[in-house]
Amino acid sequence: MYRILDDVPDPEMPFVSITDLGIVRDVRLDGDTVVVALTPTYSGCPATQVIQGDVVRTLREHGAKDVRVGVRIAPPWSTDWITERGHERLRAAGIAPPAPHARCPRCGSGSVRELSRFGATPCKALYRCNACDEPFEYVKPF
Amino acid sequence: MPAEYPLRFGDNALVLAQRLCAWVGHAPVMEEDVALANVALDLFGQARLWLSYAGELEARGRDEDALTFHRDAREFCNVLLVEHENGDFADTTARSYFYDLWASLALGELTRSGDERIAAIAQKALKEVRYHLRRSQDWLIRLGDGTPESHARMQRAADGLWRFTGELFIGDRLDDEMAANGTGFAPERLRDPWLERVHEAFSAATLTVPAGTWTQRGGKQGVHTEALGYMLAEMQVLPRAMPEARW
Repeated sequence: MYRILDDVPDPEMPFVSITDLGIVRDVRLDGDTVVVALTPTYSGCPATQVIQGDVVRTLREHGAKDVRVGVRIAPPWSTDWITERGHERLRAAGIAPPAPHARCPRCGSGSVRELSRFGATPCKALYRCNACDEPFEYVKPF
Repeated sequence: MPAEYPLRFGDNALVLAQRLCAWVGHAPVMEEDVALANVALDLFGQARLWLSYAGELEARGRDEDALTFHRDAREFCNVLLVEHENGDFADTTARSYFYDLWASLALGELTRSGDERIAAIAQKALKEVRYHLRRSQDWLIRLGDGTPESHARMQRAADGLWRFTGELFIGDRLDDEMAANGTGFAPERLRDPWLERVHEAFSAATLTVPAGTWTQRGGKQGVHTEALGYMLAEMQVLPRAMPEARW
C-alpha cells in the first residue's frame, strides 16, 4: 500500500511524490478500510487537501474498498523527512534540496545568496547562484 | 477545558492573517507580496487548527468556518494589536514584529501544555512563527537603520502601536485557571523576555523603545476597537449573504 502512494505526486511539485516528501506517516488496514495518516508540511499549505483527495482516489483505483485519511500534526513535519530520492528528484528539477547551506542545483556552487525568504510555495525560498548567476528555488530547512 | 482558550490563539492568527492578506497586490516589491501572502497562509492554517479544536470543545456543532464567518466582533477574543489597520509598510512591520515575538514566546510555553492537542498545535505553529519573526525583525532593523525617512516612519509606527502591546501580558481569570492546571501559562511571565528582545532589536535598528506604560485592553474579553468590525464586515459578507456558497 505504501508503494502505491509512491505514485501520488505533490500537486505543486509533481516531480516528487508524497512519500518522497515524507508526509505519509502511517498506512494500515482496519478491516476493509485503508487508514492513512498524513502530516502537512506547513499548516496553511493548500496542497494538503488536494493530496488527501488524491490518496483516496489512488488507493480506490488499486482496489481499496474504503479509505480513511487522517491528519497527524505531531510531531511536526520536518524537511529532514524528505528522502534521498526526494533530494535527487528536486535537484533534477532545478530545485535545491534542504541542506545546512544551499547549493546551486545547476552548477553545484556553494556561493549563493538569498533573494527572498519566501517563494512560490510555503516550503521554498528564492536564491541566486553567485557562480553561474542563475536564480533558483530552495526548499528551506524546516 | 473551555473552548475560549484555544479560540483566543486562533482568533489572533485569523485576524492577523486577514489583515496581511490585504497587502497582496500592494506590497512595495514582488518578494514582499509573496512573503506577506505566505505568512498569512501559515496563520490561516494555524487558525484552522485552533478553531477546529475550539469548535469540538464547545460541542455546539460549529466548525472552523462557522466560527470564522458567523461570529460578531463582540465574540472575537483576539488581542487588540492584531486587528489594528495595516497603515503603511512600517505600521504593518511593527505590528507583525510585536506579535511574532510574543507568539514565539507564547507558543513556546504552550508546547509544554498538559493538553496534548494544544501542545501539538503549538509545536507546529512555533516552527512557522519563528520564521515569520526573522523576517519581521529584519525589516524592523532595516527600516529603522535605513534612511532618515524610513527611520522616522518606523519609529512613528512603533510609537503608535506601543499602547496595544501591554495587553499581551495581562492575564485574566481564564489565563490564571489554565496556568494553574498546566494547560496554559501566565501572560505576565512573558513580559520581561519580550521586552529584552525588543530592546536588542530596537538598539540594532537605532530606534528608541517607546516609554509609555499605559495600555489599551479588552480584546481577549471581546471588547474591540472600531477597526475590527469593518474588517469582519468584509471578511464575512459572502458566506453571510450566500450561506450555501461553495467553491
